[in-house]
Amino acid sequence: MLVEAKGVRKRYSTGGDPLTVLDGVSLQLAEGETLALTGESGSGKSTLLHLLAALDTPDEGTIRLDGVQLVGLDDAGLAAQRRQTVGLVFQQFNLIPALDVRANLAFQARLAGRHDAAWQGHLAERLGLTDCLGRYPEQLSGGQQQRVAIGRALAARPRVLMADEPTGNLDEASADAVMGLMLDLVAETRAGLLMVTHSSLLAGRLSRRAHLSGGHLA
Amino acid sequence: MRGVALTALLAHWRRRPGQLATLVIGLALATALWSAVQAINAEARASYDRASGRLGQGAYETLTDPSGSIALETFVSLRRAGWLVSPVLEGRMMAGEMRLLVTGVEVLTAPPGTLAVTPGGADDIDLVALISSPGLGFAAPETIDRLDGADRLPPLRPGALVPPGQMVTDIGTAERLLDRRGEITALVVLPDQPRNRAPLSAIAPNLVVNPAQQQGDMARLTNSFHLNLTAFGLLSFAVGLFIVHGAIGLAFEQRRATCRTLRALGLPARDLMGLLLVELLVLAVIAGGIGIVLGYAIAGALLPDVAATLHGLYGARVPGTLSFDPVWAVTGLAIAVAGAVIAAGQALWRVRTMPLLASAQPRAWATVSAVLLRRQAIAGAGLIAAGCATAWMAQGLIAGFALLAGLLLGAALMLPAGLATVLALGARAARTAEGQWFWADTRQQLPGLSLALMALLLALVANIGVSTMVGSFRLTFTGWLDQRLAAELYVTVADAGESARLETWLDSRADAVLPVITVDSPIEGAPGEVMGVADHGTYRDTWPLLTARDGAWDELAAGRATLINEQLARREGLAPGDPVRLAPGWTMPVAGIYSDYGNPMNQAMVSLDLLETRYPDRPRLSFGLRTDDPEALAEALRADFGLDAAAVVDQATIKRVSLEVFERTFTVTGTLNVLTLAVAGFAILTALLTLASLRLPQLAPAWALGITRKRLARLELMRSLALAAFTFIAAVPVGLALAWSLLAVVNVEAFGWRLPMHLFPMQWLVLLVLALAAAALATALPARHLARTAPADFLKVFSNER
Ligand SMILES: Nc1ncnc2c1ncn2[C@@H]1O[C@H](COP(=O)(O)OP(=O)(O)OP(=O)(O)O)[C@@H](O)[C@H]1O
Ligand SMILES: [Mg+2]
Repeated sequence: MLVEAKGVRKRYSTGGDPLTVLDGVSLQLAEGETLALTGESGSGKSTLLHLLAALDTPDEGTIRLDGVQLVGLDDAGLAAQRRQTVGLVFQQFNLIPALDVRANLAFQARLAGRHDAAWQGHLAERLGLTDCLGRYPEQLSGGQQQRVAIGRALAARPRVLMADEPTGNLDEASADAVMGLMLDLVAETRAGLLMVTHSSLLAGRLSRRAHLSGGHLA
Repeated sequence: MRGVALTALLAHWRRRPGQLATLVIGLALATALWSAVQAINAEARASYDRASGRLGQGAYETLTDPSGSIALETFVSLRRAGWLVSPVLEGRMMAGEMRLLVTGVEVLTAPPGTLAVTPGGADDIDLVALISSPGLGFAAPETIDRLDGADRLPPLRPGALVPPGQMVTDIGTAERLLDRRGEITALVVLPDQPRNRAPLSAIAPNLVVNPAQQQGDMARLTNSFHLNLTAFGLLSFAVGLFIVHGAIGLAFEQRRATCRTLRALGLPARDLMGLLLVELLVLAVIAGGIGIVLGYAIAGALLPDVAATLHGLYGARVPGTLSFDPVWAVTGLAIAVAGAVIAAGQALWRVRTMPLLASAQPRAWATVSAVLLRRQAIAGAGLIAAGCATAWMAQGLIAGFALLAGLLLGAALMLPAGLATVLALGARAARTAEGQWFWADTRQQLPGLSLALMALLLALVANIGVSTMVGSFRLTFTGWLDQRLAAELYVTVADAGESARLETWLDSRADAVLPVITVDSPIEGAPGEVMGVADHGTYRDTWPLLTARDGAWDELAAGRATLINEQLARREGLAPGDPVRLAPGWTMPVAGIYSDYGNPMNQAMVSLDLLETRYPDRPRLSFGLRTDDPEALAEALRADFGLDAAAVVDQATIKRVSLEVFERTFTVTGTLNVLTLAVAGFAILTALLTLASLRLPQLAPAWALGITRKRLARLELMRSLALAAFTFIAAVPVGLALAWSLLAVVNVEAFGWRLPMHLFPMQWLVLLVLALAAAALATALPARHLARTAPADFLKVFSNER
């Protein structure tokens, strides 16, 4: 199993009553599997994704990422998991503003010690980024930025790609193109994919679908 | 509407008290340093004015006798010949712990203002009480305080213009106090003398005329010192304004949305500007008030050292206590307001020209494009060139300061472009992804940090420049003292009788006896002294000559030529071979020039015989003694010959005292240096805190990709250290250029001597450590904050609501 979560609980205490966002969520993602995570706004999709991606820690429950138990890991341990196992794509603020496209693409792969120039070149070509390798994030359109983010996530050949509404900021046509590319490349690398989305159209293109509601998965 | 708008604008500060504090502290610090310097200058100037109100240095011509006292008959015959002169008796007495200068004037004949009681010369006092016993004395209030409880003195009244350490009284009272009945030390020549009076040379040829001085000599001599201080104050003020500029810029940027909403809701742009200005003025007045209080405290703490400096360098007496002047306080407030407006000018202008519908793209508040960096650098290079050109074409202190200003400002403007280049090179050389990101990200922080780094550069440059100057001075001075103080013992005696006895007594006891006579004389019309020295190998071998003709000592011994000090040579443009006027009607050729550090006055050396021929009544009161065993001889002089302990001083003691004076002299510059560095550190802290809020979106991706928070914080620290280190490297050459202009241009104008430049790499190392420490301290807080940022805060960056 690539991802294995059991009985995950997450509470936020914002001044007043603590808000239980996740109330015993269990989930599995196998190799090569693509899973769409849907749910209403505020239902806790991002929260769950963050926990699975080793960005945050649950209050209760266990999470295994590629066989490694995340609960109990310290900050450095979690950071290593993010570096080595996960590829991340967010809705926005994905890129490092100080670095150009080429450096952004290579960043995580080099951090993880898995930089492969040929593979990166292939990715850039597939994502249509070969013409803007020397540009900086602020000089790119939203769709281009998302393609760079996907390229960066996949450049390190992660075991699992996790994406939080990666096309949320894009128009329908670009969203569709970006989505297609992502699915193709995931298939190419045989990584798992966990994607949060609002759109049932996009969710339909993935192999499996999980709906989050009232803190539980259905 | 306006009330509501103001509430909306002010709400910002409630949410960001730190920013408000930064703004107020920055402005207060800037105002404090500036007004402290102003207070010190004002205090010193006031005391010169008082000093020049003193008789003999004052507004009237005076007559004195080289022997020290004027015979009563001379006075009487002058009066008979129609001269309107008023007698003065001046002398020193011990009053309690204090050596008090007592000046007795003849109240009824003295010209107005000589009692120096009130400004403007209206001596409105009780005449009867003054001339009858026990009389009245006038002294500065602080002198009166110090004299409290001293016996034998008449009742004391405050005299606004009497310099510290002096008491002015009736001549009868002075005779009684000094126990010198019927003596006169000087005659004040009243204005409006009868036309057909007999010439002085016919009645009293031995009397010397001392011209009235329009402007105090002290003010003239010390002007450059105060200019130096003012420049330092201005520098600190500028550094402080960098802080204010940063804080205001950020506050305005963060309130952009509020401003835009207010405009959209119907508040005219003019009203909005008005509100912002009012807010700024209120803040400036508050900060200015704090600054004035702080400045007063700093000035009070520094004044004793400044007084020591002025005394050490120029012999000027300045009291060590500070008086409060409301005009000064108001000026300080005005400076604070002006500074705030200057610092906020750019931000205000941006609000003024802000379009109602702006693009949604949030722009960093201080984003500076590469083009702007280049333009800044070109402007900086232009400023340096202009400074050099001015220094080359113009003359004097102005040229020196033009050079300094051009150098400092130009270097500051060029700094960001230089750092950008270095960082770009670093990025290219980086091997790891993290390293590459580190350099690129540092470069991206540059616009936001550049003002603070400029402030740091200025502080470092000032530090290197001034410490190189002081260090060079110290090195030269120590060597010079060794040359100048070649005799093992220095002895002073009270009168001619004792002098003759001493010479006989010493005949068999010392290896050599070197009498020195000093005569005050206006050399080339400026205050100076002529020194008569014996012909002896001690001088020939060690005297610190800078340039001399061949056989200069022989010419001197034969009474055919004189040696002059460097300041005289520079002031009058004299070289060996030129004639110099040592006194009215006495001109001699210059045989050589010697260095004479620390002496404000013109000085010339002639042979002892020559000076004794010209001034036959001058007894030999000072002696330098050569001996193998100074301790034994000093002991014998005290025990067997019966000299006062204080009358015999050995070489080592003089050296120690001179060096002590020297060290105190530069405490002030040292303190100001440290303060400026502290302000620069604070500027960095402010800039970093300001940037911290903008940092999160930049750091969050790096964190999400697996760089730990601790690592990020460490990198932030390294970033600051790297920038500080690069700034330091840039500061070294600029600081040395500054030192050169101080030593070769400003000092020559200010003090009349030029010093060789020495380099002190160890001091740079210390300074580098200090700069790094300042940067580390400034980064510690933001970095610690970063290390403890909750993951949730990073995640918020990515969350969809943003
Ligand atoms: N740091 C936080 N502190 C307090 N409450 C939070 C925090 N982060 C999220 N929440 C709350 O937790 C709940 C779930 O948030 P989450 O972002 O996971 O929802 P989501 O399903 O991703 O919504 P959306 O579709 O709008 O992105 C929301 O009610 C939100 O307000
Ligand atoms: Mg979400």
